[in-house]
Amino acid sequence: MSPDQSNWSFFAEHRAEIFSATLDHMALVVIAMIIAILIGVPLGMFIVQRPTLRAIALAVASIFQTVPSLALFGFLIPIPFIGGIGKRTAIVALVIYALLPILRNTYVGLTGIDPAVLEAAEAMGMTNAQILFRVRLPLALAVILAGIRTATIITIGVATIAAAIGAGGLGTFIFRGVALVSDSLILAGAIPAALLALLADFLLGLVERKLKVS
Amino acid sequence: MNAKTEEFLGNLIEFREVSFHINDIPTRSILSGISLAVSHGETLVLLGRSGSGKTTLLRLMNGMLFPTQGEVLVQQRSTCDWDLIRLRRGIGYVIQEAGLFPHFTVAENVALVPTLEKWDRGRTAARVSELLILVGLEPTEFADRRPRELSGGQRQRVGVARALAADPPILLMDEPFGALDPVTRAELQREFSALARRLGKTIVFVTHDLREALLLASRIVLLEAGRIVAMASPQEFLRLEHPEVRAFAASLEAAPGATP
Repeated sequence: MSPDQSNWSFFAEHRAEIFSATLDHMALVVIAMIIAILIGVPLGMFIVQRPTLRAIALAVASIFQTVPSLALFGFLIPIPFIGGIGKRTAIVALVIYALLPILRNTYVGLTGIDPAVLEAAEAMGMTNAQILFRVRLPLALAVILAGIRTATIITIGVATIAAAIGAGGLGTFIFRGVALVSDSLILAGAIPAALLALLADFLLGLVERKLKVS
Repeated sequence: MNAKTEEFLGNLIEFREVSFHINDIPTRSILSGISLAVSHGETLVLLGRSGSGKTTLLRLMNGMLFPTQGEVLVQQRSTCDWDLIRLRRGIGYVIQEAGLFPHFTVAENVALVPTLEKWDRGRTAARVSELLILVGLEPTEFADRRPRELSGGQRQRVGVARALAADPPILLMDEPFGALDPVTRAELQREFSALARRLGKTIVFVTHDLREALLLASRIVLLEAGRIVAMASPQEFLRLEHPEVRAFAASLEAAPGATP
């Protein structure tokens, strides 16, 4: 029996487990992304007019991104409320990783608008809120979505490591495979994770193209 | 707002000893000692080189900027006392490159102020069609296009239509035709000149092009380094002896045969 066949038969035998781990994985990613968007986009809107806060927020988000993911999971375990073993800690870590691309792109999108458009908006008597919601946000949407797309792909990858702190998902197969020196097990985690990332990239890319103006 | 304007036929805009400095540093003065009255129905052209302060002067009129010293009165009320949103919605504004909203259609762009003012749909649609015809764009052909699908001249026409949408008594224009090719520019200048006479709006128009000033102005104000150095009707302007006037007149002679 060739190794290929053994992989395929392994996948076939364990397809129910792989499927449920994939669902767990997606749940982790989706929850983390929703929270990261709910924090990142409003925060990005908030820091547009506040240079000091902007420097701080972007610096903090960048620093978090440089911490190796396994280390970040480790650091979070002893922290009360948000830490510990399990899904909640994993989600906190994933949110921290997803935040920078969303925050940065929200800020860049909102500020990278043709000054003539903003001047006209102001001079025509639009209020600041109207300028934000009717001009800046719609024009920034494609750029913000590009940030969400990057963040989603990062999160799908980093979420495999969340298995190390007992959060489940596709990483469970990978860690078990590494421990048992089993390629089949590693691939059972790695292939669906890669496919998820490709699929998310493709779908969000479609939406992004739809939103692009001019 | 319109009814109020009709009753009032004096100076629509008045500058009283206005100076404008950046960061309150008097040495970095953009405008100094400006006194100026814009009366009802006139087309006042602010002429000057780049950096002479003409755009700043214009932006003081709709509260985009406020004077460091002195005061700017619009309909006899200081811009500092106006509700800025109300003030600006009563003043049309056209800039170079038009500044149209790229995510709006032509119709939505023109309908901006009526939409903000919550006009009903029918009245807005009728007004948009009326304005597009006024600026020479066929509504059925152009209403649903996006700004990127228009030529520079067409965009500028939409910019004028948008500024006129809520029928403001005052129109501020900052080099609106500056970025157009010479042929389109001449075409728009001619049409706009006829339009301006017909509408009876009070217009303040910024340009560095003397030919454009002579064509459009009922009065020309020449700015040099933040000060008014000459003020005259187009007929008198070319006869003035001030060196800056002569410099501009020389620029006109440099292009023979192009006099309007």
